[in-house]
Amino acid sequence: MIRLERINRSFMVGDETVHALRDIDLEMAAGDYLSIMGPSGSGKSTLLNILGLLDQPDSGRYFLQGTETTALNETEQAVARRDHIGFVFQSFHLIPRLTAAQNIELPLMLAGVEPAERTGRVAAVLEQLGLSDRARHRPDQLSGGQRQRVAIARATIMQPALLLADEPTGNLDKHSGDEVVQTLEQLNSRGITLVVVTHDPEIGGRASRRIRMVDGAIDPGHPMTGSG
Amino acid sequence: MRLDDAFGFGLRALTGARSRTWLMLLAMAIGVASVVVLTALGEGARHFVANEFSSLGSHLVIVIPGKVETTGDTPPLVGGTPRDLTLEDALALERSSAIQRIAPLVLGAAPVSYRQLERDITVMGSTADLMPIRNLELARGKFLPETDPTRESAVTVIGDKLKKELFGNRRAIGEWVRIHDRRFRVIGILKPLGESLGMDIGDIAVIPVASAQSLFNTEGLFRILVQAEGREAVSRARQAVIDIIRQRHDDEEDITVITQDALLSTFDDIFRSLTYTVAGIASISLAVAGILIMNVMLVAVSQRTAEIGLLKALGGRRGEILSLFLIEAGLLSVAGSTIGLMVAYGGVWIMGRIYPDFPLLIPLWSLGAALGISLATGLLFGILPARHAARLDPVVALAGR
Repeated sequence: MIRLERINRSFMVGDETVHALRDIDLEMAAGDYLSIMGPSGSGKSTLLNILGLLDQPDSGRYFLQGTETTALNETEQAVARRDHIGFVFQSFHLIPRLTAAQNIELPLMLAGVEPAERTGRVAAVLEQLGLSDRARHRPDQLSGGQRQRVAIARATIMQPALLLADEPTGNLDKHSGDEVVQTLEQLNSRGITLVVVTHDPEIGGRASRRIRMVDGAIDPGHPMTGSG
Repeated sequence: MRLDDAFGFGLRALTGARSRTWLMLLAMAIGVASVVVLTALGEGARHFVANEFSSLGSHLVIVIPGKVETTGDTPPLVGGTPRDLTLEDALALERSSAIQRIAPLVLGAAPVSYRQLERDITVMGSTADLMPIRNLELARGKFLPETDPTRESAVTVIGDKLKKELFGNRRAIGEWVRIHDRRFRVIGILKPLGESLGMDIGDIAVIPVASAQSLFNTEGLFRILVQAEGREAVSRARQAVIDIIRQRHDDEEDITVITQDALLSTFDDIFRSLTYTVAGIASISLAVAGILIMNVMLVAVSQRTAEIGLLKALGGRRGEILSLFLIEAGLLSVAGSTIGLMVAYGGVWIMGRIYPDFPLLIPLWSLGAALGISLATGLLFGILPARHAARLDPVVALAGR
């Protein structure tokens, strides 16, 4: 479903070129559960951003569901993000003035789905995540765990094939963090491909497949468990 | 994305951040209101001055018998002309469409007496139209009646100074005074207006022109005062006077026609500088309004870079994100301008109540300029930062940088 071929990405920091990713090759099948770990600056977030089409590689090829995304223009990439990819961010990125239901509705609104259909789909997702009684609350009226679950609902409302989570538990306490991870794993068990970037070895260790990044490359010494 | 969703999103963005929205509305409203009110004040001042000037009788053409050949000389009081300017000449001038009204003038000095008191004063023979032409005002009584100018009538209107000297505090209206060897009944008293045409009108007696002609035993007129239809008609009136009189005087141009050119050009200078002043006031307040709006919009949109990043991550296309912000800025600009207009009209109404004599006018062009500038700056500075943010890398925008 996903194939990365020799992906390179570098940034200019001052006059210095920092290689965030060096010759990354990666292959994933539909329904995979992958965790990316590694120290700060190892390139794991950059890798996630490239998987999510938020960032473009300098060289290399990225195939998403058989399409070479590196050949797409900006608008086509936006549509691909909308239809195939869901994001979960460390800092939730909920719009504070909108209610939980309105936040979840945003991708449907951008896709131009009829309002009547949107209401039904949002209600279904809220039900599924146990947030039905929080639908009309604003983010500041929700706990951290609830906020992240609203963000997950927003990421999955378009029924994407790929769900990307960047430190999803980074701003949460242990209990809420576990809840969020369980929610993500539930979605994975229903077939969504899940990629989690994390510092936390305990959370990273739960994935069926784990990679560790060091200095922009996948650490070959690290055992790769599970099937590709 | 559907249009109603875009409007809903914009409305929620505006109502969701109330203090910011109020600030922006305030900036817009102040901008629009200040432009409209300031230009209304400027236009009002301009009209005020214009009215004051036109009451000075600037559409006046003065016809004097005799041709002045050399310039720089004062017009001769009585020219040694082959032909007098007659009452018939004067009445013939009324035919021209450029001429609104005329007043023939016969002037002479004569003793005026009432009982034992006698004074030597200037006697002016004219018609009823002298009053509007010279902007004379009556303190009491009536002016000369509007009858056939060629008919004599034993009535007189006297200046206030003459009235005091002859009558003191007693009633003058209806009394008979003797001018030279004839008796005239006083029918009106002029208000003091100071000098007019170089004469102290406090010290004169006005009698019908035909009576003056027979009193001084002359056919010729001292002058004819001609009032043009308007400021623009002055030169046409002047030409009409010359043509008509020449025709009547066997094709000989034996008159001098004076227009108040100097006064008129001064008037135009003042008028023009006032127009520039109003335009200056308007453009300064427009610039201030524009900068005010620009600042608030810039701050507001750059605070929302992260939101734009999120919309990109959720699959919003650049055009969609821009149209969201365009609609939001448009709603804001329209609402702010509307409030500004209401404030401006309210302010002008209140000022009109306080100073009812001052003509306050809201010129249409200032409405257009105020609305145009606020909408343009509102949209421009709502869109420019949003466009910048929509072009950013989603990763950078999400970080809110």
